[in-house]
Amino acid sequence: MPQIVVEGLHKTYRIAERQPGLRNLLRRRWREVRALQDVNFQLEAGELLGFIGPNGAGKSTTIKILSGILRPSGGRVEIEGRVPFDNRIAHVARIGAVFGQRSQLWWDLSVGDGFDLLRDIYRVEPQAYRRARDELVAMLRLERVLAQPVRQLSLGQRMRAEIAAALLHAPPILFLDEPTIGLDAPSKLAVREFVQKLNRERGVTVLLTTHDMHDIEALAQRVIVIGHGRVLADQPFDALRANVLAERRLRVQFAGAAPVIAIAGAQLRSREGNAVELAFDPREINTPTLIARIAADYEVDDIHVTQPAIEEVIARFYDLHGAAEA
Amino acid sequence: MARALSCRPYLAAFAARFRVMLQYRAAAWAGFTTQCWWGGLKVMVYAAFYHHTTQVGGPMTLAQTITYTWLAQALFTLQPWSGDPDVAAGVRTGAIGYDRLRPIDTYHWWFVRAAAWMTARALPRAALMALAAAVVLPLLHLDAWAWRMPADAAHAALFLLSLVWMIVLSVAFTMLLNLCIVATLTDRGINTLAPALVILFTGNLLPLGLLPDWLQPAMLAQPFAGMLDIPMRIYIGTLDLTGAWIGIGLQVFWSLVLIALGRAGLRRVMARLEMQGG
Repeated sequence: MPQIVVEGLHKTYRIAERQPGLRNLLRRRWREVRALQDVNFQLEAGELLGFIGPNGAGKSTTIKILSGILRPSGGRVEIEGRVPFDNRIAHVARIGAVFGQRSQLWWDLSVGDGFDLLRDIYRVEPQAYRRARDELVAMLRLERVLAQPVRQLSLGQRMRAEIAAALLHAPPILFLDEPTIGLDAPSKLAVREFVQKLNRERGVTVLLTTHDMHDIEALAQRVIVIGHGRVLADQPFDALRANVLAERRLRVQFAGAAPVIAIAGAQLRSREGNAVELAFDPREINTPTLIARIAADYEVDDIHVTQPAIEEVIARFYDLHGAAEA
Repeated sequence: MARALSCRPYLAAFAARFRVMLQYRAAAWAGFTTQCWWGGLKVMVYAAFYHHTTQVGGPMTLAQTITYTWLAQALFTLQPWSGDPDVAAGVRTGAIGYDRLRPIDTYHWWFVRAAAWMTARALPRAALMALAAAVVLPLLHLDAWAWRMPADAAHAALFLLSLVWMIVLSVAFTMLLNLCIVATLTDRGINTLAPALVILFTGNLLPLGLLPDWLQPAMLAQPFAGMLDIPMRIYIGTLDLTGAWIGIGLQVFWSLVLIALGRAGLRRVMARLEMQGG
């Protein structure tokens, strides 16, 4: 029995449309927005799932429904056998969540007092609490900020404190909605490392949304791509990479002016002065063969092979599926 | 044990908010100063009225009216002037989502937080006002303008009980304001409307006892009377002991009604909660 089951999930919002002039006063016009249309997936305990998609695709809406905050318009969600919205109190005691753009710690309290408050909210036993807190404080390097009010933390410190706050009650399931948004490189690394450890060593099920493909690359074994409220792809990250990220680029620096090259399976991307950039699919023509053929015909100064940036590939994937934000 | 455990989150939230609110000393002094000016102004207006009236044996003596005025100023923040600013901020920032993420009853959670917000602000203001109007004024030989002791011991005890229910009732009304904020996604509208009702119907502007006799039964029976006027009347003794008990009964009745309304409303609002943008 999977830990999380999502079947035929729908969510429709009503948005008031502003009309020019005074017509609004008389009658308000509503527009329906389909945030989610028939989303299906299942998650086993201990999995780490990455959720990606353009802005407005429905990632956050899905997480909020799974968290029991929003009620779906249709479909079935069951987590550990419970329906999140209907059994909210029992359900939320078993999950932790971080919404990267919002704060769960009280602005006016110190981080330590905020943690103590969460201990009481989740009714955590004192010993279990102390153990969990000390461990999280050490892993997320929060010793120095415990006494500081939350409003004085830097973004990186706040996000680490937020993640600790979501885990004080040792939930078996963790939802992370853009946990690395706005963080600098070292903070991102720290968060990724921590999430990985949590998933591998403790077997915590993690569902993560992000726009940072490096998060996905570093963390997720399985990826769901969502666009316009539908699941566009649900596969292991390696498979997604093989299918979508297969393309390679070959940049060749010639001794003289760049020649016109026509090799089947390689497309010309640019030609400037002595340099040429080709795009090719290694399944059509493998890299050594391509290089050998070029080196045999021309005098070459330098060659290097690159992969297109993962962001670029994902953007193309969104375009391909018509998922880019309207 | 199980029951004590189940109260733990709410006690913790109350204590945390109470401590935070007590930190705002400048706000307490500012509030106290404003309430002194208002109280002084009103006391002088009443004195002028009473000294020039030709009617003998009105519903309240000047001394009672003055005590009512000071006490009402002291308890100013126990009245539901607006929704909880934390809830309004939560609507703007989306922090309400986190409130729903906790394994606790959202109505209780907001109720205790609003109660802490109102009582923590009342405590320093009431202490300062009592010091100024009940201690300093007599020392300055201004006894005629001072805040007097309660009518008698029995009335004093019933006043304390009624004060507790005034807080419960005010917070229950604040919860209805909170619901309006969540439903309309702004605190502007309801925070403009609420003070108009509160200032008139609780007796804050004019003690309800000074309104015409034919209005009295309706004035006492409406829910706002319990948010100031009933405990005030008990304190100054214009309600006899039977009347005091009836007044407290009304406070309890309206508290239960407003709480039931609030709980039902919260369920509805949360079922159609929407959170957009990230």
